[in-house]
Amino acid sequence: MKKSSLLGLLALVIRRDLVLAMRRRADVLTTLIFFVMVVSLFPLGVGPEMDMLRKMAAGVLWVAALLSSMLSLGRLFSADYLDGTLEQMMLAPQSLSMLVLGKMAAHWMVSGLPLVLMAPVLGVQFDMSVQALGVLIVGLLLGTPILSMVGAIGAALTLGLRGGGVLLSLLVLPLCIPVLIFGTGAVEAVSTGLSVVSHLSLLGALLVLALVFTPWVTAQALRISME
Amino acid sequence: MSGLDIWMRENPLTYIWLGSYGVALLIFAIEIAMVRHKRKITLQQVRLMRDADDEAGDEE
Amino acid sequence: MAINWFKYSAPTTFYGLAGKLIPWFAISAAILFAIGLYIGFVVAPADAQQGEFYRIIFIHVPSSILSMFLYMIMAGYAALGLIFNTRLSAMMATAIAPTGALFAFISLWTGALWGKPMWGAWWVWDARLTSELILLFLYLGFIALHASIDDPRRADRASALLAIVGSVNVPIIYFSVKWWNTLHQGSTIKFTGTSMHVAMQQAMFTVLAACWLYAIAIVLARVRSIILERERNTTWITELPEVRS
Repeated sequence: MKKSSLLGLLALVIRRDLVLAMRRRADVLTTLIFFVMVVSLFPLGVGPEMDMLRKMAAGVLWVAALLSSMLSLGRLFSADYLDGTLEQMMLAPQSLSMLVLGKMAAHWMVSGLPLVLMAPVLGVQFDMSVQALGVLIVGLLLGTPILSMVGAIGAALTLGLRGGGVLLSLLVLPLCIPVLIFGTGAVEAVSTGLSVVSHLSLLGALLVLALVFTPWVTAQALRISME
Repeated sequence: MSGLDIWMRENPLTYIWLGSYGVALLIFAIEIAMVRHKRKITLQQVRLMRDADDEAGDEE
Repeated sequence: MAINWFKYSAPTTFYGLAGKLIPWFAISAAILFAIGLYIGFVVAPADAQQGEFYRIIFIHVPSSILSMFLYMIMAGYAALGLIFNTRLSAMMATAIAPTGALFAFISLWTGALWGKPMWGAWWVWDARLTSELILLFLYLGFIALHASIDDPRRADRASALLAIVGSVNVPIIYFSVKWWNTLHQGSTIKFTGTSMHVAMQQAMFTVLAACWLYAIAIVLARVRSIILERERNTTWITELPEVRS
């Protein structure tokens, strides 16, 4: 009789998903490349004037992060859904919410975290100050997990549907707007010398809320989609 | 665009009626038309199905 | 008097009840709308600062209120449908969505038309207008999700969950947008003027009541078509007079 602790289960699911993701490295890399490309499009679109780009930087990076996360969310459940693993997971006696949390964590490590690491490099292209970059990174660290978690609800609801990725984005993007606002607001605050604590703590609060509620809601969404 | 501005200031009530209330009433009219249309085709569908069932019943 | 409310939670009985109620709601909506507009345009005076242009609020404010409340009611029906597994609750949620979305659109459109004479621009990123835009996105997402799923049961339940998640988000979104707006010192569309003239209030409340009655009538009409569609295989439907003819 195996002792199945919840944390042990979590670690197991995370490790499994990471291994699977590593086997399909291309998927991971294309999301990152998309991020870089979208960010590069903005200067091409609005002109290279540094003052304007500096002001836009946080917004551009955050919006690009949102869009890149949306792209990669389709993969969260689809592989397991197609080969029947998801059904097994739902029949298993272990907590489905825990399994989902594990998948969310793995997804973030593979999609969100690379964005966070890439952001400073791109921020430099926009002539962001060191403090602004610092706040940007902290904000993305707090915010990208929220995007993964809220997006997971959308991924679960749109499982196997024709509309697929675009429909998922349509559903999830409005829900992610507060994260966008607080993340960019924090960078703007530090640029004008104001305190970032309020913005970042609001982001932190949203993160805690997401951690508490989204796994369960996503599990319910999976049950609805798989009936 | 400034031509529109001048016209707007000289005819505020027409602007309000055409632009706001007119559009709102138009939207309500479209909504009502869509609901009635949906009812019509749903009733047609139901009748078709019932007729098909009747024929199947007759053949048995 | 003990009314057996549960009798009306079955599509069969609700269909008949709704059919009888619609004309009453529709006619009173039309009458109140006429009265409201009369008070608003003939009785109420011009505003000291905005002149005649403020009269747009008689349709702008009620449509905003309705779009927000209808979303909450839609989410309420969605929750009922998920918890109690009642088919009719899910049908009601689906019936409300298009009406709510249209009211949100009217609110945005009339807000823009009000903004133009006031601020010189067709669109300003006012906190409420922006929140209203996001609300429209939430409605459209609900409708799109429901339309994308073929299985009616899965469609009902999935969009219900989405509606509930959305309704939890609405206060968060509103708060964050308000925050964003004040940070950037954006403009606020406000009804300037110290207090509203009594006739203006009367006009607004009358049109608001008219919009509610209209919404009830149109949602009941829409849900009847949904009932017809979903229950088309049952005998009670084939026995209906409108189907027999």
